[in-house]
Amino acid sequence: MTSHTFKPDMPPPSKVFGPMAWIRQNLFSNWINTLLTLFALYLIWLIVPPLLSWTIFDANWVGTTRADCTKAGACWVFIEQRIGQFMYGYYPQELRWRVDLTVWLAIIGAAPLFIKMMPRKAIYGLSFLVIYPIVAFFLLHGGVFGMTEVATSQWGGLMLTLVIATVGIAGALPLGVILALGRRSDMPAIRVICVTFIEFWRGVPLITVLFMSSVMLPLFLPEGMNFDKLLRALIGVIMFQSAYVAEVVRGGMQAIPKGQYEAAAAMGLGYWRRMGLVILPQALKLVIPGLVNTVIALFKDTSLVIIIGLFDLLNSVKQAAADPNWLGMATEGYVFAALVFWIFCFGMSRYSIHLERKLDTGHKR
Amino acid sequence: MGWYLFDNTQTNLQHRGITSGFGFLENSAGFGIAQHLIPFKESDSYARVFLIGLLNTLLVTFIGVILATLLGFIVGVARLSNNWIVNKLATVYVEVFRNIPPLLQILFWYFAVFLTLPGPRAAHGFLGSFFVSSRGLNMPAAITNDATWPFVISIVLAIVAIVIMTKWANKRFEATGEPFHKFWAGLALFIVIPALCALIFGAPVHWELPELKGFNFVGGWVLIPELLALTLALTVYTAAFIAEIVRSGIKSVSHGQTEAARSLGLRPGPTLRKVIIPQAMRVIIPPLTSQYLNLAKNSSLAAGIGYPEMVSLFAGTVLNQTGQAIEVIAITMSVYLAISISISLLMNWYNKRIALIER
Repeated sequence: MTSHTFKPDMPPPSKVFGPMAWIRQNLFSNWINTLLTLFALYLIWLIVPPLLSWTIFDANWVGTTRADCTKAGACWVFIEQRIGQFMYGYYPQELRWRVDLTVWLAIIGAAPLFIKMMPRKAIYGLSFLVIYPIVAFFLLHGGVFGMTEVATSQWGGLMLTLVIATVGIAGALPLGVILALGRRSDMPAIRVICVTFIEFWRGVPLITVLFMSSVMLPLFLPEGMNFDKLLRALIGVIMFQSAYVAEVVRGGMQAIPKGQYEAAAAMGLGYWRRMGLVILPQALKLVIPGLVNTVIALFKDTSLVIIIGLFDLLNSVKQAAADPNWLGMATEGYVFAALVFWIFCFGMSRYSIHLERKLDTGHKR
Repeated sequence: MGWYLFDNTQTNLQHRGITSGFGFLENSAGFGIAQHLIPFKESDSYARVFLIGLLNTLLVTFIGVILATLLGFIVGVARLSNNWIVNKLATVYVEVFRNIPPLLQILFWYFAVFLTLPGPRAAHGFLGSFFVSSRGLNMPAAITNDATWPFVISIVLAIVAIVIMTKWANKRFEATGEPFHKFWAGLALFIVIPALCALIFGAPVHWELPELKGFNFVGGWVLIPELLALTLALTVYTAAFIAEIVRSGIKSVSHGQTEAARSLGLRPGPTLRKVIIPQAMRVIIPPLTSQYLNLAKNSSLAAGIGYPEMVSLFAGTVLNQTGQAIEVIAITMSVYLAISISISLLMNWYNKRIALIER
């Protein structure tokens, strides 16, 4: 009896499968594509090798002064020497642990919110949102429990950027939701006021708002009363950003079917319970990605406080680059600042995409 | 409450010796401005300073909108490309530039690029007539002469002729179905009429080349580094957003539309022009408008590098000199509100015209 043995399989044709075929299909499918590929490769060759050699291979990594930067590439020594200023501004050296502690508290405190199985998440989250800002304020500002007071004029660097961004969004969110409710209200007077408010802030650049809060607000106050510079900037940022939040939230409210409003009314709920229990929970869930985008915009906008003389990350870099001991270090400084901003913004935008995918399933049948 | 604020303001203004009202606009300014599109001297009034600031803002916005739209559309289409490497390059561009604050980009271009360029004596030259140095971009200036006006009129005539030709061709196409090469005929009209005019009246302008004399260039036009840094940064930043808008717009047109058009016998070119793009435009226009508005508002970031536009010139220098905080801020804000409202009105009108008409 003969047993039949199959011949071994032939390898797949290299024109259809494998890396060569992939390259053919994706890079050289026709002459236009080939031309584009060559052009793109030329661009990459033009940009990437000089960039790499400047940032890494030819860069100066060790040293303490400008004289240690002997190689042609970037002088990262500058960043290493000034990192304290970039992170904390003029916050006193021996008190910087308080800033670190504040950041760690935020990370540790917020971490349970990202655990799926966490019981009583809402209660925990709300109490965290109420307690943390108070603790953070006293930690950063001091002046109680024997902690030395650090005036806000000494705050700076990345820390100030984060303070403005978080306080800004924390203030703008509730105000924005109220404005959105007002814009959708049945009462004409309230609607007109909210529409005017929103359109006004959306129509002017943030810079003029900051200018206004720094030169006009003092005029309205009684003689001799001095307003904290940071607080003035924060008021401006909150007003400005609340208008954008309001528009995002309004978009979410418009997307809720009319039946939901009618059903809530039919249940005999009053206006606030109708909104608070039925409409807003659905609307806010819909617009979370949009809100994250607003946060990203706000984070980028914090750099504008440079105009009114607050020392955020960008201004610290600008100031350090103007130091006569470190002349010509502007490129390194700005690249570093850009990298920090980029990491935050890119991280948030990825998170927003992740949320969008996660929340998208809710309405699928 | 209102009276309390008003009273405070009154006392504060009195103590600082400032008289309220817009009378200050007629006073003489007494400072020079780096870039002015209309003639300006130090003794001119604050009102004229305001006008120069406004024109400079509009200039940046205008150039920025055009360049950002071009770059944004190219990158947006590149993100949809089947070519893997082009696709990834466009993605990297978008992800890098839209996540860096615009002010940081402006400062980078200004302090780290343009100001570190060599001085005029070692300027990089292109074609022997364009020079890039730390003083900006020097380029040939077009000087008008007697033949300029006929040339401008001939261009207007050419445009009128093209409009008439297009209307006629469309009418004939609808009546008989015979196509007409509108594009080529229009191009021919646009070249031939002005060329004839130039032949008859002579060259419409003569070019004045920049020349290195002493430590700087003399003659020609100069684009100051502040303007270059600002336009470049705003263009690059806004183009990243426009690219995303264009990509999502084109992706929103379902593939069935392409297949239907192809099965009707349309070739790839007309499919794109007559089926895909008109539908994609409906999705693209509204967010594109808000990007234009953002660009106009972001032009105020020039205050960071001292390009003389509305905010840095008027709300900065003029406010510091006169102390008329309320009036100056009010004027500045109303200008931006006016720009915002007019751009959105214009775009709303266009949007309505191309919107889907549902039956």
